[in-house]
Amino acid sequence: MSYSYSIAGHRFSFENLRVLMAKATPARSGDYLAGVAAGDDEERVAAQMALADVPLKVFLVEHLVPYETDEVTRLIIDDHDAKAFAPISHLTVGAFRDWLLSDEANERSLAALAPGLTPEMVAAVSKICRVQDMVLIAQKCRVVTKFRNTIGLKGRLSTRLQPNHPTDDPTGIAASIVDGLMYGNGDAVIGINPATDSISAVITLIDMLHEIIQRYNIPTQSCVLTHVTTSIEAINRRAPVDLVFQSIAGTEAANSSFGINLAVLKEGYDAAQSLQRGTVGNNAMYFETGQGSALSANAHHGVDQQTLEARAYAVARKYKPLLVNTVVGFIGPEYLYDGRQIIRAGLEDHFCGKLLGVPMGCDICYTNHAEADQNDMDTLLTLLAVAGITFIMGIPGSDDIMLNYQTTSFHDALYARKALGLKPSPEFEEWLLNVGIFEKSEALKLANTLPTPFQRALSHLH
Amino acid sequence: MSDDNNPIVVPNPWSKLRQYTTARIALGRAGTSLPTKPHLEFQLAHARARNAVHHELDVKRLEASLVALGHQPLVLHSAAENRPMYLQRPDKGRRLEAASREALTKVARPAEGYDVVFVIGDGLSSFAIEENATAFLDVMLPPLVQQGWRIAPLVVVREARVAVGDEVGELLGASMVVVLIGERPGLSSPDSMGIYMTLKPRVGLTDESRNCISNVRREGLNYGVAVHKLLYLMTEARKRGHSGVQLKDEAETLSSTLTAPSKSFLIESQ
Repeated sequence: MSYSYSIAGHRFSFENLRVLMAKATPARSGDYLAGVAAGDDEERVAAQMALADVPLKVFLVEHLVPYETDEVTRLIIDDHDAKAFAPISHLTVGAFRDWLLSDEANERSLAALAPGLTPEMVAAVSKICRVQDMVLIAQKCRVVTKFRNTIGLKGRLSTRLQPNHPTDDPTGIAASIVDGLMYGNGDAVIGINPATDSISAVITLIDMLHEIIQRYNIPTQSCVLTHVTTSIEAINRRAPVDLVFQSIAGTEAANSSFGINLAVLKEGYDAAQSLQRGTVGNNAMYFETGQGSALSANAHHGVDQQTLEARAYAVARKYKPLLVNTVVGFIGPEYLYDGRQIIRAGLEDHFCGKLLGVPMGCDICYTNHAEADQNDMDTLLTLLAVAGITFIMGIPGSDDIMLNYQTTSFHDALYARKALGLKPSPEFEEWLLNVGIFEKSEALKLANTLPTPFQRALSHLH
Repeated sequence: MSDDNNPIVVPNPWSKLRQYTTARIALGRAGTSLPTKPHLEFQLAHARARNAVHHELDVKRLEASLVALGHQPLVLHSAAENRPMYLQRPDKGRRLEAASREALTKVARPAEGYDVVFVIGDGLSSFAIEENATAFLDVMLPPLVQQGWRIAPLVVVREARVAVGDEVGELLGASMVVVLIGERPGLSSPDSMGIYMTLKPRVGLTDESRNCISNVRREGLNYGVAVHKLLYLMTEARKRGHSGVQLKDEAETLSSTLTAPSKSFLIESQ
């Protein structure tokens, strides 16, 4: 089906919904790279006006990626909950934006609506939202998940403690873990990106994290971010795996470039569930995504990168994850060129994820070949924290010495918590107070001395 | 006012852990924020890393060092004309320019074909290649020669992405390609080299088909360990007939990780 919009006698035509969505997307380098972006600002706004008039129902019948050849499309369509969709099924994309901003949309109605929304619907509405709309609407969404603590409650901001080391050296990793815990980080997960995929090295790390969490009674979970098939193998070898990780994308072909499909994810999900290692819940998957991944695998079907990113969340929600995060600035300037594009993309991803009912976090980050810096990250961090982001990364001094990029630091997390009065997950907060990392006071206050158990651990060292 | 018990910049009592990692730990805090000194040190590191991205590969020097090893490399160029285009058009960096393709078709090859071609690409850090490529090959090539691998002439590609190796391998009719490439520079490691091995290279392959060894540099994964891992991957890939996700890196006790104690101070008995 084709779409058009006339402005002052000039008729803008868009041959189908896929083209319309791409041209309505706020400008970014990845869509130019794919050759799908609007030719200029006027065509972009015309596309947004045409898109605002498209009934939401259309997304259920006009598929951007063919149903017959793509299992992600089949997942989206086959799992769509018509009953949940009913309250807004008569709306257009533009009217849906108004509805989301109205008082009709609240924590309860949005939670009920989530299974009735498709990624394409939320991507469409995000394209006609300003930054403040995405902040305000996402803030109304609440997605709560549990494993050894409770993530995503109102007024809480969790962090993944990311103690990466270029050679997976256990002592080097432990040093970063101490640093992070002492700054109140690590309630979302203590998650290591291993330097290699070797099963033996991965199991060494899984064992180590397991022992640390046990020894210090930390109400959190561990993850070694290796390929899902490696985690399955580790579980087969009886390693104490908490969360099973995988990078995912929004098309079958892109997932295939990651060496996965939905069946493999299901195997990973079943393996994680079989261990029942959670204490307060059993959300046991951890997914990472990022705009541009499908294009980088040449698996984008001519669809804009932001819509494909939202489709990855449909994959994620199928497996009831504890955590999902968009690694927004990691992929590089060919997809998100500068701070301005990274900031908008981070907010879009969080907004779409939350509307779809996914526990959305963000790796607020950039690489050294992008036109971005710490000021851009502060802006995105502040906006996402106001929007109610579930979790962010925490790393020593913003510098990932293994993955070679910059993400938010332990200090940054405390900035956001302090500026907005946010707390870690309740179980973790209690641990921080009991062990003596936080001082018992109204405001967030760190103790000046090292808590006894950690003092003891460090006393062997010179 | 501050005094010894309540200093404005609070040092972290775990600063002795800094000897175990290059991560920016124990930076101290002003309130709960980053104190001025580490804040400005970070700004400087970022400025330097930005410079590393835009540094041009010294091809003449690289060529001379490879010749000194006994290898005359073929110097080619990707379809990305310059660095700004390279940064925004990865598709161009994955393919060779026409003249380079032409040059490759003229390379003589043995009747049985080459077993492997090594491709050296500047990637996002020419500095990584200048520091590590020749030194790595100096350790890597002798055991391969000894094992009877038929090694194609070395190929250097400027403005290269990993996948450009697929086209090189395909045009040379090589059974395998190993790409040495500058990884994107980190704040603390502007000189990190990545190694990607792909069996049966041809244009259009994705990361699924490759095995990767990253962070190869003097302060990271050292050459000896990287050589050992790569030899294992190459041998296994050839034996099993595939590379990539299917080929798990089962190499035991290779990295310094595993020669170091598998326990840390946090879980030693207390």
